[in-house]
Amino acid sequence: MNEVTKIDGIGSSVRRTEDKKFLTGKGRYTDDINRPGQVQAYFLRSDVAHAEIKSIDTKAAQSAPGVVGVFTGADIAVDKVGGPICGWVVPCRDGSSTKEPPHPLLAQGKVRFVGDAVAVVVAETMEQAKSAAELIDVDYNELTPVVDFVNADKGAQIHEEVPNNCYFDWELGDEGATNKAIERAAKVVKLSVRNNRLVPNAMEPRSALAEYDSLDESYTLHTTSQNPHLTRLVLAAFMFAIPESKLRVIAPDVGGGFGSKIYVYIEEAVCVWASKKIGRPVKWTADRTQAFLTDCHGRDHVNDVQLALDENNKIIGLRVDTVCNLGAYLSAFSVVVPTILHGTLLSGQYDIPAIYTNVKGMATNTVNVDAYRGAGRPEATYLLERTMETAAKEVGMDPAEFRRINFIPKDAFPYQTQVALQYDIGDYEPHLDKAMEMIDYSNFEKRRAEAAKRGMYRGIGMSSYIEACGLAPSAVVGALGGRVGQWESASVRVNPTGTISVFTGSHSHGQGHATTFAQIVADKLGIPMENVEVIHGDTDKTPFGMGSYGSRSLASGGSAISKAVDKIINKSKKIAAHLLEASEDDIDFKDGKFVVGGTDKEKAFGEIALAAYVPHNYPLETLEPGLEENAFYDPTNFVFPSGTHIAEVEIDPATGVVEVVDWAACDDFGNLVNPMIVEGQVHGGIAQGIGQALLEDAHYDENGQLLTASYMDYCMPRADDLPSFKVGYTNTPCTHNDLGVKGCGEAGAIASPPALINAVIDALSPLGVTDMSMPATPQKVWKAIQESQSVAAE
Amino acid sequence: MYSTKYIKPNSTSEALEAIKSMGEGKFLAGGMTLIPTLKQRLASPDGLVDISGCDLDSISDEVDAIKIGAMTKHASVGESGLVKKAIPALAKLADGIGDRQVRNRGTLGGSVANNDPSACYPSAVLALKAIVHTNTRSIEADEFFTGMFETLLEENEIIEAISFSKPAKANYVKFPNPASRYAMVGVFVAQFNDGVRVAVTGAGEGGVFRHAEMEAALSSNYNADALSALEISSEGLISDLHASPEYRANLIKEMTKRAVV
Repeated sequence: MNEVTKIDGIGSSVRRTEDKKFLTGKGRYTDDINRPGQVQAYFLRSDVAHAEIKSIDTKAAQSAPGVVGVFTGADIAVDKVGGPICGWVVPCRDGSSTKEPPHPLLAQGKVRFVGDAVAVVVAETMEQAKSAAELIDVDYNELTPVVDFVNADKGAQIHEEVPNNCYFDWELGDEGATNKAIERAAKVVKLSVRNNRLVPNAMEPRSALAEYDSLDESYTLHTTSQNPHLTRLVLAAFMFAIPESKLRVIAPDVGGGFGSKIYVYIEEAVCVWASKKIGRPVKWTADRTQAFLTDCHGRDHVNDVQLALDENNKIIGLRVDTVCNLGAYLSAFSVVVPTILHGTLLSGQYDIPAIYTNVKGMATNTVNVDAYRGAGRPEATYLLERTMETAAKEVGMDPAEFRRINFIPKDAFPYQTQVALQYDIGDYEPHLDKAMEMIDYSNFEKRRAEAAKRGMYRGIGMSSYIEACGLAPSAVVGALGGRVGQWESASVRVNPTGTISVFTGSHSHGQGHATTFAQIVADKLGIPMENVEVIHGDTDKTPFGMGSYGSRSLASGGSAISKAVDKIINKSKKIAAHLLEASEDDIDFKDGKFVVGGTDKEKAFGEIALAAYVPHNYPLETLEPGLEENAFYDPTNFVFPSGTHIAEVEIDPATGVVEVVDWAACDDFGNLVNPMIVEGQVHGGIAQGIGQALLEDAHYDENGQLLTASYMDYCMPRADDLPSFKVGYTNTPCTHNDLGVKGCGEAGAIASPPALINAVIDALSPLGVTDMSMPATPQKVWKAIQESQSVAAE
Repeated sequence: MYSTKYIKPNSTSEALEAIKSMGEGKFLAGGMTLIPTLKQRLASPDGLVDISGCDLDSISDEVDAIKIGAMTKHASVGESGLVKKAIPALAKLADGIGDRQVRNRGTLGGSVANNDPSACYPSAVLALKAIVHTNTRSIEADEFFTGMFETLLEENEIIEAISFSKPAKANYVKFPNPASRYAMVGVFVAQFNDGVRVAVTGAGEGGVFRHAEMEAALSSNYNADALSALEISSEGLISDLHASPEYRANLIKEMTKRAVV
């Protein structure tokens, strides 16, 4: 009998079982893997932002020491290999669709950003490949680069297929009703905000190792991916036209993604192609400079906002006109991020009867822009929560009260917004109240006065955000322009001794799935967590899965696991009924035991497992042996986490330094499986949001050179930039998944930037400062103080 | 990096012979600037002469000065009892350079010879009336720094040690660049019997410099208030993504005020 010693089930803060290998430096990342006969690829990249390629001379490089191959776009064209595809398109206002220019694996005819790959050198060593690349002579005819995306329509045309450099011009909502609301409003609050451009900066740079087996004509690709099955699908179906069964994609340990490792990039595709061409395994690993130049960046919006209020300060309309920068080529989810994942979030936590938004996605000579932690939702939350705070100040209300009177009431759920989404459940006042209590909101003015005595400006700011995670259902995704399904898969294999192997289509690159998913299974089956092994990231092992992004792993992937376990329990009951000579309907499953109701007759889960694999006494005529079940779960709706974050800052007027002195985060993530892991996600998200609000800014100069291409100039948040976070929760369990869970991975990064900028503006409000752009660097804050003082002096 | 020769001699004279035997050789001290430069293929010397074996890392008390060997690591200066007692500001400066890894590799001589405009050490050299001892001569601090990344050092001249005069009082305060955490403005203030010296790093287009007006003001009244009325000119100050000349001018005054305690 399987003795149950300890159950680390749902709700328990179990320590992450995967951390031992990471903390002891034993993680196995793509670049750690080496294959016999392996060669190294190095990409020669454009050092100009926009140019026609007049000629490429690779002759000297071909004969350089150690070189086994030098290839250009012409070689790719001859082999008719396709480029990366856009995974989601939207319709335009004029009835046309998103313009999708080709993205060749290596530049053909033109380069479009600094970092665009012009040629690849494959050599015995990386140093030899680099040396050979220096011998390649590229003759460019330089064109005027387009960098300022707001005026990109007036710039030189980057793609033949994209007139006015506009990929799409999309709209959502009722323009007529919204404009009418603005016309009849008692007050219209106007704000223009910019969401600064960010570099994802995963700790592990991207890497690929491709190997071709000429005997069975198949490829194996190890790569840094958040979704290996999607990588396989894109490579097999769209690039190489080979059966999926001939390509195995393995994403081993992956050191962070934040969205940047969702997409198939040109480098892994070139490695796959070159591995067959050369007949040897080909490895490529980015250095940090390449990561800055070629990983998809995030954000980069400007939003013009008009918020219409009636005479009671109730919101009656919202109009948002957005222009966003999508960079040189369309990346996989670059179109959906500023549209479907942004426009649909504009109702926030508020009951807004009329909303309209227009989004123009522009091409520029900068690297592609795509999903980055939060992906569209931080941009929506930032503009809305900045506007809410501004509106409260303009009408003379406390920002908390102004939010409160505009919240969707608790009894209004399910709530249909004016921007397509239907929120299944939520209750917003409790997390506002709790966050205010956590930070001692009512005594803030005392703290402000005390700080003023020390010559410091103290401010407080809040943000009440809504998030939509786990895009679903697939039919809606398809109707909105998505070209993939949005379900998740799980396979639960019970081994003969009762241990469990869980194969998930989700992918962990820091999230702690090995722990959280094992807890779900352990809880449901009443067995110890150490009996559960979670396997992910290998297309030859796991069922087809959609991977991890958009805070979907638990709500979608965890639910799929839960469903597969339910099937295991159902079949086990049949086996138990046979063994216990009882009716299936009389069998109860509790605490890992199958019991005949009202008797002491029972069988432990392990006994059932053994019977399934050694079916000597087994209902073989009605039931197959073995105990293994699959589930493909397509959720019926998004999940909608929400919360309120409140930041408190102190500003030193002499230097402009903003210190974050306190932080309260109260989130509603539904049920929590592992509160410790959730808290870690909240901390990490807030840290990234503080990075965006105070420190980070990807800056291209007018020639399209990335000036912030290293940590000398790109400022990442460090531990001493962060306060100790106060984290709390409320809970309205999700109504449409079995676990009652929502998502927590992105919430911190979504909630925090507006809370922090609102606090900065609040701190400076005694000086008359009403606006501050991100990042609020010391120089910028100091300048705002100087300017306010010179205005005051006039 | 490009492949190159590497030699580690046991004395300065051997080091000089080694470098003369190369076409374009480079002395390698802590390598905190040179190694990244090589790794990025921005330099391709014919060889590297590593002077870490040349016995240049002692710290000694010379009555009126503390003499520190050129190859002394920042961490060693930071934790030296001798330095902490005689010139605590110098120990504080060394302790604030880079991170722990950098402090355990980077050297005094390397930093001073490189004269990076945002390095901390040059300000101490200038403010503490230091003498730079090389294999051929002794150079006064006021003569030594000649411009951004430029010094009086000639080809094949090695810094062996630097003597820092003991001040009556001194302090170093820096405002780090938020990204790199190099000094965006660093101010070393040192009070001697014959007056106050104020050296500013991180801010000047010509590298580290002394600030005459602040020196005059503090020499007559060693108090932060003495600076209040001063207008700090932004002329000749560095302009970059992180700080305009005007902001740097503000920080020069502010960091100096904070240094005068």
